[in-house]
This record gives sequence, structure tokens and C-alpha cells, in this order.
Amino acid sequence: MTGQGLKPGEPGTTLVPGRPAIRVGGFSGVWRPRLVGITLVGVALVVLISAVNIGRGDFPISLGDVLAALAGGGDRAQRFIVLELRLPRTLTGVLVGAALGLAGALTQSVTRNPLASPDLLGVTGGASAAAVTVIALGGGSGAAVGVLASFGVPLVALLGGLLAAAVVYGLAYRRGVVSDRLVLVGVGVNAVAVGITSWLLVVADINQAAQATVWLTGSLNSSGWAQVVPIGVALVVLVPTALLLAFGLGALQLGDDTASGLGLRVNRSRVALGLVGMALAAVAAACAGPIGFVALVVPQVCLRMVGAARPPLLTSAVYGALLTVAADLIARTALPQELPVGIVTAVLGTPYLLYLLSRRNRGVRI
Amino acid sequence: MTTAITGSGTSPTRRPRRTGTGARRSRRIGFLLLLLLLLVLAVLASIAVGAKAIPLGHVWDALWSPAATEDDLVVRTLRLPRTVLGILVGIALGVAGALMQGHTRNPLAEPGLLGVSAGSAFFVVLGIFAFGVTSLYGYVWFAFAGAFAASVAVFLLGSAGRGGPTPVTLALAGVAVSYLLRALSSAIVLSDSATLDSYRFWDVGALAGRDVAIVGQITPFLLVGLLLAFANAPGLNLLALGEDVARGLGQNVTVTRWTGLVAITLLTGAAVAACGPIAFLGLVVAHLARFCTGPDYRWLLPAAGLAGAVLLLVADVVGRVVARPGELQVGIVLAFIGAPFFVALVRRRKLVRL
Repeated sequence: MTGQGLKPGEPGTTLVPGRPAIRVGGFSGVWRPRLVGITLVGVALVVLISAVNIGRGDFPISLGDVLAALAGGGDRAQRFIVLELRLPRTLTGVLVGAALGLAGALTQSVTRNPLASPDLLGVTGGASAAAVTVIALGGGSGAAVGVLASFGVPLVALLGGLLAAAVVYGLAYRRGVVSDRLVLVGVGVNAVAVGITSWLLVVADINQAAQATVWLTGSLNSSGWAQVVPIGVALVVLVPTALLLAFGLGALQLGDDTASGLGLRVNRSRVALGLVGMALAAVAAACAGPIGFVALVVPQVCLRMVGAARPPLLTSAVYGALLTVAADLIARTALPQELPVGIVTAVLGTPYLLYLLSRRNRGVRI
Repeated sequence: MTTAITGSGTSPTRRPRRTGTGARRSRRIGFLLLLLLLLVLAVLASIAVGAKAIPLGHVWDALWSPAATEDDLVVRTLRLPRTVLGILVGIALGVAGALMQGHTRNPLAEPGLLGVSAGSAFFVVLGIFAFGVTSLYGYVWFAFAGAFAASVAVFLLGSAGRGGPTPVTLALAGVAVSYLLRALSSAIVLSDSATLDSYRFWDVGALAGRDVAIVGQITPFLLVGLLLAFANAPGLNLLALGEDVARGLGQNVTVTRWTGLVAITLLTGAAVAACGPIAFLGLVVAHLARFCTGPDYRWLLPAAGLAGAVLLLVADVVGRVVARPGELQVGIVLAFIGAPFFVALVRRRKLVRL
């Protein structure tokens, strides 16, 4: 039975029926029709919902007019609304959601823990603490805070998130990074960051505390092209990096000993992939504030939809974008009062995850 | 004859192991005694230290021969109930944290993972928003109801599929339900600023302002929860070998799981109802205790309980001292003291696998 399918000298032999291997030069992969199909459906849905999101609002614009405005036609009012208001907001939602989905998938794969996400490991907490520091103490004197405030809140949040990621890895590194230690150090760093945030909210002036609370709920309300460009650049750089590095992930799933036995540099790939994930989360938090839920739950949903052994990276990014944009659409148009996106993502995503959990309870581990 | 041979054959190998377990046992007893001593010191500090400086002699008199002076009132009506509550809640969260990590076998698990904290918070928000409840006594019952409703929902959803509740499905169902409930709470709070104003004082998590009546309300739940938890310990030791092995050794896995989950709900529900959500304590303390006692839950649970009480009381006392004449809430102090200590420990020691 063993060795029956694989004959020496036949490199292209199919080991699993329906999953032929693809080999291009030095790279190889497995053709998974379900994965590809679900990802493509996700992309189509993202495009569709984005178009609806651009069209709907206080000033409804038909889908044809939206396309015309995008192509440079339409009247001036329509062009302004589409190009200056709704398109950047929708794009920010798509990009932030994609960054969060990918960040969550990377973090969960690297730590092999389904409960790990950048929200829990200190990155979002660090970004929040830094942003709240500037918002809450911005009115006061303090030379250091003044210098920071001149950077603007998004940049400071980004720096805070990256600093937190560096601290987590620095403290967790002890002749290599063990995933459990990484996760626990992350929880500790996150607790400190959350403590700083709540302490600042207590001591700050009430108006600034209210302003900080608005930032902390995470929303796309004030998104313009100034948000789209940085997160777009970050995604263009970080997504290919993640996909290139991800070739080691399959081996990493088998445990540290097996992975190093297979020739993988465990520490190097774990640190690199983890840092890419955390950087994505930091950029997302800097652009839209801490939007919860997406990074934690979307990879788990995708894992179960696709039937893979670990959270699929690109699929998670696509469905993260879908969830965020759909939540933004509902938050903007369907509810009597505009709510922050982070609230609607949870309401939309939870029932589906619970449905998947009850459907396929096979004790999936990652 | 054969017994003699096997006896002489096994004794050289068994002997060093026996001394090994003996040494481990005396070390564990030593740790428990040390924790007990620390708890006594923390209790003394919690009664003696506060915004109003009261000499130790007066404190002693207030405890044993009260004379209705102002000092006596402060000690007997403010500090004593607060200390008792700190001990109870600390023990509850510590034990619940250890149980939760045992049942989910995930080092990230905290007592609120099964939706208990989020459920309490949601029902408290509902109570304020829809029923106009504004007193801490009222919150307690709403918080309890929310804790139970949320955890029952999570158990049912997490065990709905084939094969009953597994650690991963339970944890994920808990996370998802928590997010949903927290989102609904924020939706209500954001739309109604009066609710926000009452709710934020509950949400911050504090021991201050709670009196004897609240202690009385939560004690029965805590006692039942602790009994179930300790009854659960041997079963949890077997479950740590994997469900199949535990089943093969004659363990009724379903009963063990449900006992543990009910215990977690009772303990965490009572703690959150009394003090607001400070579940981070349970996560930290379970790891601290595991470093000292190893993975045997019969020792780990008492150690985690005692360590929880010590850490909560110390954080509470520090919170009274650092921001005189005001106070820093215990949840914030816990983050600042507990987290660096925790990180240092995680770095220094080899992790005990769950």
C-alpha cells in the first residue's frame, strides 16, 4: 500500500487524488480547488460590496453613475462624493480589513494558537496607548509629548504598535523564540499597555478623554486618501514578503523539532513572519484605530471554510476585507445611528463562526 | 519466591523515585505555607494601610475592642469588608484561571474566556439602560444572570457539533460570544451617555465601595464553586494526558468537563459580579502557581487561589498608597505590577507545558 503511488523517476506523481502538485522551477505547491474557489468568491464579494458601499449613503448614486465617476465622467457633485469621500473610505476599509485578516492568520500560524491575535499580543494595545498619550496629554506642556504630537496621531500610533511588537519579541527571545513564551510575554505587554491607556483616561481632562474614547472605538469615519496611501504602501511591501516567507509555515505547523529536522530555520522564520504580522496590525491600527474581532476570528472562519490545516493567508486577507467593508456598509446605511465599524464586525461575524463550529466539530487544532 | 524476586528487582529503581516525590511534596507544602504567610501579611497591610493613617495599635483595638471612634469605623466598615472581599475574589479568580487553562489546554485562557465577563457586563448595561438600576446591589444580580446566560450559551454552542465540547471549539465559541456581547454593550453605551456614566464605574473593576452585604451575596456561589473545583482536580490531571487516554483509564470525560465548566462559571461569575471584570488576574496567577507546584491540579488549584488573593490584596493596597488621597483602581495597578512580574517570570523559567 505504501509506496504504491510513488515510483522513482516520476516527479509529477499525484499522491492525493484531486490535488495534483504544481511545480514551477524551484517552487512547488498543491492545487487546492476549494481554497482557490472560496478565495475568488471572496474577491468578487469584496468588489460587489465595495461598489454598493460607494453608491449608498445620504446622497444615493446608482451603480452606473459610480462607475462613470470612477472612470472620470459624471457631474462634479457625483465625482466629488465618489472620489473624495466614499472611495477613500471604502478603500481604507478594504485595506485595513485585509491587513488585519492577514495579520491574524500569520500570528495564529506562527504561535500555533487559535486564540492568538495582534490584539492580544500587545500591538494594538501599544498603538492605542501611544495614541491616547498624545490625545490625552496633547493639551498639556511636556516637551516629549509636544514633539510626539507634532507627528500626528496616526504616526505615533504606528510607532507605538511597532515599539510594542519589538518589546514583545525582545523580551520573548531567549536563545530562540518558543511560541508559548511569545504568547505569554505578549499578554503581559498588552496588559501594561491597556493599563497605561485606562490610567490616562482616568487622569485626562474630560474633553480629551472623550476624544480618546472616540479614537479607541476604531472607526472609518474620518478616512481619506491620507489613510489609504500609507496602508496601501504597507500592504504592497508586506504581503509579498509574507507570502514568500510563508513557504516555511507548513513545516512550522508540525512542531519545532520536526520543522528544524526538515531543514527550516525555525527561529528565523518565526521571528520574520511574526514581525510581518505585527507590522500589518500596527499599520491597520494607525489608520483606523483598534478594530477588534477581524484579526482573531476571520482566520478561524477561513480555516474552517477552506478545510485547511492552518489559517490560509490570502483567503484570510480577502475575507477580512469583506467583513470590514460589509460592516462599514451596514454601520453607515442600515442602522438608525452610525456605529463604529468594530461593533458591527462582531455582530456580523459571530453567528457565522458559531455556525461553522457547530457544523464541523472535528477538534481542529492549529 | 516470585514476589521476593520482583521486590528485590524493583526496589533499587523505585527508591530514588520515592525520595524524589517526597522532596517534591515537601517543596509544594513549603510553597503553600509561604503563600499562606504572604496572604496573612497582605491582609494585615490591607487593614492597616489606607488614605487615613491609623496607628497599628488603634487598628488592633478596632478589631478586638471596638469603641465606635472614627478609626474603628474606618477599619470595621470600610477596610475589613474590602479585605474579605479581596481574599474571596482573589481565590475565586485564581482557581478559575487554573481550571480554565486546564480545560482549554491553552496558556492564553483566562477565567472570562467562556463569555462570563462579557455576559455580566452586557446584563449590567441592560440593567442600567432598561431597568434603571444604579446600585451595586442591583448590579450583582444582573451580573450573575449575565454570567450564567453567557456561559450556558457558550457550552451549548461549543458542544453542539459531533464529539461534544473540545477545548478549541469551547474557546472559540467563548471568544465569539464575548465579542458579540461586548459589541452589543458598546452599542447601548455609545447611544446613551447616562448609561455610560454609571457603567464605566462598574467596568473599571475595583474593590472599593463594596460592603458586607455584597460579600454575603456572593459567598454561597463561591463555596459551591470551590467545592466543585477541588472535586474536579484529579479528573483534570487525567484529562491533561489527552481525552482518549483519560477515557481509557476509566474517566468519564463528559462529567469531568461539565463539573469544571460549572465551577468556572460560579467562581468567575461571583467574582465579576462583586468587583467588575478583572479577569487578567486569573491568567497571571495560574501561570505563577504552575511555576511553583508543577502541573498537578490537586496542588495547583490551592496555590493559584492563595496567590490570587495575595496579588489582588497587594495591588489594592498599592492602589491606595500611590495616588493619595485618591485611589488607583485595582485593575490598573494589577496591570502595572502583575504584568512586568509575569513577563520576568516567563522569561526566566522554563515553561511548564499545559
